[in-house]
Amino acid sequence: MKYSYYSGCTLRTKAKDLDAYARASAKALGFELEEIENWQCCGGVYPLGSDEIATKLSSVRALNEAKEKGQELVTLCSACHHVIKRVNDDMKNVEDIRTRANNYMKLEEPYAGETTVLHFLEVLRDRVGFDKLKEKVVNPLKGKKIGAYYGCLLLRPGKVLEFDNPENPKIMEDFIRAIGAEPVIYPYRNECCGGHIALKEKEMAGNMSDNIMNSAEGFGADMLITACPLCLYNMNKNSKSELPVYYFTELLAEALGVKEEVAK
Amino acid sequence: METSFKSAELIREISGVNPYKCMKCGKCSASCPSYNEMDIKPHQFVSYVLNEDIESLVNSKSLWKCLSCFACVERCPRDVKPGKLIDAARQVVVRQKDQDYLSPNEIPELLDPDMPQQLLVSAFRKYRR
Repeated sequence: MKYSYYSGCTLRTKAKDLDAYARASAKALGFELEEIENWQCCGGVYPLGSDEIATKLSSVRALNEAKEKGQELVTLCSACHHVIKRVNDDMKNVEDIRTRANNYMKLEEPYAGETTVLHFLEVLRDRVGFDKLKEKVVNPLKGKKIGAYYGCLLLRPGKVLEFDNPENPKIMEDFIRAIGAEPVIYPYRNECCGGHIALKEKEMAGNMSDNIMNSAEGFGADMLITACPLCLYNMNKNSKSELPVYYFTELLAEALGVKEEVAK
Repeated sequence: METSFKSAELIREISGVNPYKCMKCGKCSASCPSYNEMDIKPHQFVSYVLNEDIESLVNSKSLWKCLSCFACVERCPRDVKPGKLIDAARQVVVRQKDQDYLSPNEIPELLDPDMPQQLLVSAFRKYRR
């Protein structure tokens, strides 16, 4: 199975490992991520204004490229996923945005939200299947107590993201079970890490990340997993907690026995 | 100079929010992770638009404290979307000349080597036009 893949700016620079572990794991699981050519940065933040058009075009280009190849579009970074999924929803359901964006795009056939956008975790759940993943695990992470950190961008608004139940999600816990570890459920798992506030107000981001990490630690987690480079940064860099935080793909690659391959 | 009425209309237009739908249950403020940092609280945003007191709203700290985490949007039982309202007020500010909240000149001293690009592009999109 071949998917179009949107890596995004951070996965090509500061979060290369998030990307590399995902590619190696995909190969081990028998699917291929074909990176979109000349993708443009999603902008990191979904433009909320109903009159924002130009800021949505980079997503439309990626979506249309996947459509032309007849492939589903896979994302990995939480921010890219959030932006592209929401723009796709606009293109499908908001006539004004669809018309105006297509005026810029000048495509032979207008884009109207035809592409299916899947986060890498959704590929594991809905295309590969967690049962199948479990069968492919050669190095189960036995005895590890892992807290899933969802953050905001993958879950909300639930009606558009359709990722999981936004208040009581379980996809990452099911993932943790599939790789042989034990999930730790804690109340702050879908709270905000502070996001972009970290640029100008480190202390605020630090306090918010502390709340999350102390909550996870209090419920017995040995480590956290995330899909978001900014969450990882805030928790590693701005929080006072020492709880280790990993990209979920690193643990996936470890469980599938392909981690060493990536390190080379 | 735009009248307050016009600014209120503009915020309603950009946000697509109907402030009359709010029933003041306070769930948005109860959910907001930035509540303590805000001078105008999420459940109050609608009142400023309805009272056409846009001057206070656009000068509020809350514009820059909202993280767009969408907790208020998710939990609002009336689908009012307070987060979209405050984001529209923010846009009314940054769309004006010289009203950026972040200048590229400030970036070098704010940088640290681990900072993901995602942080910079997000901040640029939130803090300036």
